[in-house]
Amino acid sequence: MRNLLIFITKYNAFFLFLIFEIASLVIYIKYNSFQKASVINSTNQLTGGLYTRADELKGYLSLREVNDRLARENAALRNQLKASKYVDTVARKTVVDTVYKQQYIYIAAKVINNSINKRNNYLTIDRGSRDGIEKGMGVISADGVVGKVAFVGEHLAIIQSLLHKDSRVSGMLAYNKEIGYLQWGDDMDPHKALLVDVSNNAQPKIGEPVVTSDLSLFPAGIPLGKVSKLKAKGAGFFLNMEITLAVDFSKLEYVDVVVNKFAKEQAALEGQEKKDE
Amino acid sequence: MSRVILTNLVRFVMLVLLQVFLLKNITLYNLATPYLYILFVLLLPFETPNILLFALSFILGLTIDAFYDTPGLHAAACTLLALVRVLFISITVQKDGFDNEPEPTLSIMGFRWFFTYALILTLFHHFFLFNLEVFRLSEIDYTLVRFLLSTVFTVFLMLVSGLLFFRKKERK
Repeated sequence: MRNLLIFITKYNAFFLFLIFEIASLVIYIKYNSFQKASVINSTNQLTGGLYTRADELKGYLSLREVNDRLARENAALRNQLKASKYVDTVARKTVVDTVYKQQYIYIAAKVINNSINKRNNYLTIDRGSRDGIEKGMGVISADGVVGKVAFVGEHLAIIQSLLHKDSRVSGMLAYNKEIGYLQWGDDMDPHKALLVDVSNNAQPKIGEPVVTSDLSLFPAGIPLGKVSKLKAKGAGFFLNMEITLAVDFSKLEYVDVVVNKFAKEQAALEGQEKKDE
Repeated sequence: MSRVILTNLVRFVMLVLLQVFLLKNITLYNLATPYLYILFVLLLPFETPNILLFALSFILGLTIDAFYDTPGLHAAACTLLALVRVLFISITVQKDGFDNEPEPTLSIMGFRWFFTYALILTLFHHFFLFNLEVFRLSEIDYTLVRFLLSTVFTVFLMLVSGLLFFRKKERK
């Protein structure tokens, strides 16, 4: 027993190393599945508060740019107003009024923490469970798709950005209507992504827009980016291509969280189907 | 003694703030990312007991993790850093010399020793950090390039900060 104690005190550095290393690895692995260890992230009071404060300061520097973007978005939305459209028959108006009901609701939020230079990037926004945000919801900005909600605190939420090694979004070539899925390339360029597993029948052109498909958790037709290179590495039986992302992640200021009213119903139905099999 | 504690406390806060609000936003060509905050562990006094050294490294790592949203990642790398520090110092520094060499800074230990010390510790820390973060062998070539360039960047910043505070220490 005494010898054992002497042994441990003599090599105490190694044993201390083991204890702390195991502790940190346990935290790391636990958090990777987003189950526990919710204290150590940027939704807690201290870090979240500091980030909010720093972001307030930074906000002043980009006021002009945000203003421009809002003005552009305003103009685009005004184009969609009924008042700015020419109605050719009475019938069309009534159809529009009775048939369409709201499926998607958007919750505006401000980005208070953002990163683009890691292999797995996350954003923090200033809306949380109190504002109706739930895990798994899609997040878009005025320019296009941003990511999905990965973790929700009471006042803040963490978004898993498209720039993440596990992010997959179902995308569609806007003209060809061929479906593939979008993932971030491993060269970590924050402006580029890959559209992979597109059917060989597609004849994509450089500059063709890529939008979200009906299979994604986003409304169909939200821009993802534009085709910038036709042949990307790793293509087998399917076409892979390089996409220039529509969203400039380094300048993200305001985002909208997409609430799909049918999401629960769809998940329940699909869960039922799996159970039956 | 209280002076040493105060110095290190201020250094801890300053390095964390610098890392989180400035260096976090700096990346060269998506390749080199500096992690200067480990300078805190490097500059702890020689006499720091092992248990304190490991606990401080762990806490430093967790603090950075809280801001980076990667709980455990930096803590694991910092714990490894503390072990390498203990081994390196036990090999290169005479135990008797501790009285007149309280801290392993650039001005006290000289350029050659400090450069080797900073380089080796940073190499270990960054290698572990980058590989644990990516955790994929298929991207190993790209990860290695990032790891090497980031190490160069971090060590460069360490030497710059060592030179910035050079004279102040010597006058004392």
